[in-house]
Amino acid sequence: MGKTSHNNFTVKFANVNGTGSSSANSMFMKSIFRMGIPVVGKNYFPSNIQGLPTWYEVRVSDKGYLAPSGSVEIMVAMNAQTYTEDLAAVAPGGYLIYDSSWPREELMARNDVTVLGVPLATMCNEKFDTARARTLMKNTAYVGVLAALLEMDVSVIEQLLLDTFGSKTHLVDANKTALDLGFNYAKDHFKCPLPFKTKASKKTNGYIMIDGNSTAALGCVYAGATVGSWYPITPSTSLMDAFTQYCSFFRKDEATEKNNYSIIQAEDELAAVGMALGAGWNGARSFTPTSGPGISLMSEFIGYGYYTEIPTVIFDVQRTGPSTGMPTRTQQGDITMCAYASHGDTKHVCLYPANPEEAFYLSVEAFDLAEQLQTPVFVLSDLDIGMNDWMIKDLKWDDKFKPNRGKVLSSEELENMDSFYRYLDVDGDGIPYRTIPGSHPKGSYFTRGSGHNKFGGYTEDASEYQDVVDRLLLKWETAKTLVPKPAVDFSKNNEVGIISIGSCDDAIREARDILEQQDQNLNYLRVKAFPFTKEVQKFLDAHKMIFVIEQNRDGQLSKLLITETEVDPKKIKSIRLYNGIPIFPKDVVDKIQLEINAGQAA
Amino acid sequence: MSYIKKPKIIRDNDPRNKLGMTFDDYEGVMSTLCAGCGHDSITGAIIQTVFDLNIEPYRMIKFSGIGCSSKTPAYFASQSHGFNSVHGRMPSVATGANAANSELLCIGISGDGDTLSIGMGQFSHAIRRNLNMLYIIENNGVYGLTKGQFSASADLGSTAKKGAPNLQTPIDPCTVAISLGASFVARSFSGDKDQLVPLLKAGLMHRGFAMIDVISPCVTFNDHEGSTKSYMSTRETKREAIYTDYIAPFSEIEVQYDEGTSVEVDLHEGGKVVLHKADDNFSPLDRGQSIKAINDASDKGELLTGLLYINESQPDFTETENTVIKPLNQIAFEDLCPGSEALHKLLDGYK
Ligand SMILES: Cc1ncc(C[n+]2csc(CCOP(=O)(O)OP(=O)(O)O)c2C)c(N)n1
Ligand code: SF4
Ligand SMILES: [Mg+2]
Repeated sequence: MGKTSHNNFTVKFANVNGTGSSSANSMFMKSIFRMGIPVVGKNYFPSNIQGLPTWYEVRVSDKGYLAPSGSVEIMVAMNAQTYTEDLAAVAPGGYLIYDSSWPREELMARNDVTVLGVPLATMCNEKFDTARARTLMKNTAYVGVLAALLEMDVSVIEQLLLDTFGSKTHLVDANKTALDLGFNYAKDHFKCPLPFKTKASKKTNGYIMIDGNSTAALGCVYAGATVGSWYPITPSTSLMDAFTQYCSFFRKDEATEKNNYSIIQAEDELAAVGMALGAGWNGARSFTPTSGPGISLMSEFIGYGYYTEIPTVIFDVQRTGPSTGMPTRTQQGDITMCAYASHGDTKHVCLYPANPEEAFYLSVEAFDLAEQLQTPVFVLSDLDIGMNDWMIKDLKWDDKFKPNRGKVLSSEELENMDSFYRYLDVDGDGIPYRTIPGSHPKGSYFTRGSGHNKFGGYTEDASEYQDVVDRLLLKWETAKTLVPKPAVDFSKNNEVGIISIGSCDDAIREARDILEQQDQNLNYLRVKAFPFTKEVQKFLDAHKMIFVIEQNRDGQLSKLLITETEVDPKKIKSIRLYNGIPIFPKDVVDKIQLEINAGQAA
Repeated sequence: MSYIKKPKIIRDNDPRNKLGMTFDDYEGVMSTLCAGCGHDSITGAIIQTVFDLNIEPYRMIKFSGIGCSSKTPAYFASQSHGFNSVHGRMPSVATGANAANSELLCIGISGDGDTLSIGMGQFSHAIRRNLNMLYIIENNGVYGLTKGQFSASADLGSTAKKGAPNLQTPIDPCTVAISLGASFVARSFSGDKDQLVPLLKAGLMHRGFAMIDVISPCVTFNDHEGSTKSYMSTRETKREAIYTDYIAPFSEIEVQYDEGTSVEVDLHEGGKVVLHKADDNFSPLDRGQSIKAINDASDKGELLTGLLYINESQPDFTETENTVIKPLNQIAFEDLCPGSEALHKLLDGYK
């Protein structure tokens, strides 16, 4: 099967949700990470609390590829219900481990897969007393089996147990016992190691393993956000959970034990965004995390924020739509909606992180942009970025960083002014000055979503109305100079390029390497923001054919490019992968080759 | 400009409050409501209130939703910041603003449509949070701005202008607010400034959610015979459950009442209310009694008014949120950003 090298395989765990498997699976992944080997985990979980099938996929990749490979070398098949499909998913030459306490011989219908039975339940029932321990320790025991089969460094796993359970020695002991059970059984009964195995390396030095909701939340803390409002929705909930946790470390006033922040669990998303706008209007850095259904509800207020020019940050951790869709699967289906959310002429600044590392930096940047541009700013990540553990470079923070609060008049400045008008374009960049309520008597103004003129007064006058919406357009032009530039890899002089977005990045990186081996070099641009900057136009102009790769059915990014740039639509080849699973490099390669071959045939 | 600033005429003998401000200083732009609309009288009462309370306009923030009533924040205190939000969603905006800076006095103005239909959710939850604000419902039983459809406060059998009766049971904002745990609930009438002004003062000085339901007739769509929210009907059915005086800090109580018939409640933000009983069976300190009294009156076709419930000891939103005293919008960035070393340490846990 060709993949007999070290550190290059995927292990997939098929479990039943609610059985405590996720901590064992994470322990397995983290141990490999600590052995210095690049690794990534993808969780395919149901929208359910207990009893349904759930999968966890750990890809070990010497080269540090972080997209799922699309092939499974070792299946840990702990769920009898899904056994047939799990067996079918194993790559030829691969292995399947199952709990042989209950024989499943009739299902071992593949002779190109080696099936390894381990009596996990029987062993754990003998060793542990309680029902809960018996269930949980089966999971740790299969990690022991894998440790033996993959020649993992057991001391690393044991250290991890100590770090995880700390002073709870009974848990450390129980887990060690279970680990040994599995390890010894494998050593005694199977030929260890397997053809693919781990080998300690140093490639994870300077990296951490973290999910993008945590890093985005950390970005909020570091950007100085003080008001966060939200309504629970998968996959964004853990962003607020993380913010809450970090605030409890970092944001307690030492003298009074009181909070330097306010987290408000709203009654719905309409209220959540209303609160974020109220706080932004009143001079606090505010944000609200949600997912697609939440944005749909927020739309009226988002247009209000756009028209009245109130800064706030909205995180859309995208999941599979339409409607409730598949809440626990990933997609990039909200690109169009966020770009133009709300009725009337509205458009919004959107940032598109590709991974948890960028989720941190773009989260910080979003707060600056929102205040500089005085408008709601979206950060669009997705379930894959937000909820899966990725290996990313250590996050860096520059202590010299000063937040850019934009054009806010201080009380001294107001004192020296004759009069203040909220929506005057004093500087010619489309961005007016604002004041913080309560700061100075001269600073007051009236905020309204109804027609207003440049002085902030109510109007139904045609030209006064148009004056303001035209200035907003000028502000949009200014936004193009302020938003992050795309990531461009434009080294080779050729006519074909790829444009993509967000979490497609790793699959594309790997796909380009595969294509390069076949002498097909493709330039690559990844948009990081809407509105598109001039670099995007330049890239479009420089290529004859551009593959636009994204995770939605309707090619939302490709259409946004066609609408918002000068590109000739015929140059765009839209590639859409949208089944809810993070995209596989080989699917990208196949689709591109199909197009290229079709083009040559024509 | 298509909005009209009121001409400002300053006369030497105009009364001035302790800040040296005249009544005019608390005015807003010219009202565009129909002549005789109850909402304009409420605006007048609000101006009187903030003038008397010596409120620095720039330390006050005004919120509203959408409707004729929600237009009124523009008609008073033009030196205060105003926020005319979207229909029914003013409470959330006020909540966020309050989270950012709880030192500012917060007034919200809504209509019966804005609060009891589209805004019922946010209204309820602002009450549950005991958000520190004065929340006024300018209640006319109809959607004025969309031309007279029944609202959720329309009484059973009350008729529309063309005669059709309302067949759905009304929502009484007062009993709803009390049962949801509001800490200050009152009812009044736009045509009774003597009753309304002390209630507005007490509501503004109350710490927590102060809801005042003000019956405010819509002269254009709901002031006819057959309507229970007309001027005439309201005057006829209105019964004061309790008389309320607001006493400013350091001032004397002028009127003396018989012992045992009056109650004093100190208000957090200053001053106190003195409540004089009109009815022996009514106490605004008892939730159950209050709800019963309101319902009993309603069964008799009466509209119970006055301060119907007060609880000054209930923690407000800032307290339950456990936020620092200093407004969050004034905390220095250095105190908010943990810095590189803390990040480094934190991330060690992700290795
Ligand atoms: C989302 C939305 N739906 C509908 C409307 C139309 N609308 C404007 S005001 C109003 C009713 C207002 O009634 P109320 O709050 O009682 O105010 P009043 O005019 O009676 O003072 C409606 C339905 C709107 N502005 N927004
Ligand atoms: S329509 Fe009714 S509520 Fe609206 S301004 Fe006229 S009288 Fe007042
Ligand atoms: Mg009304």
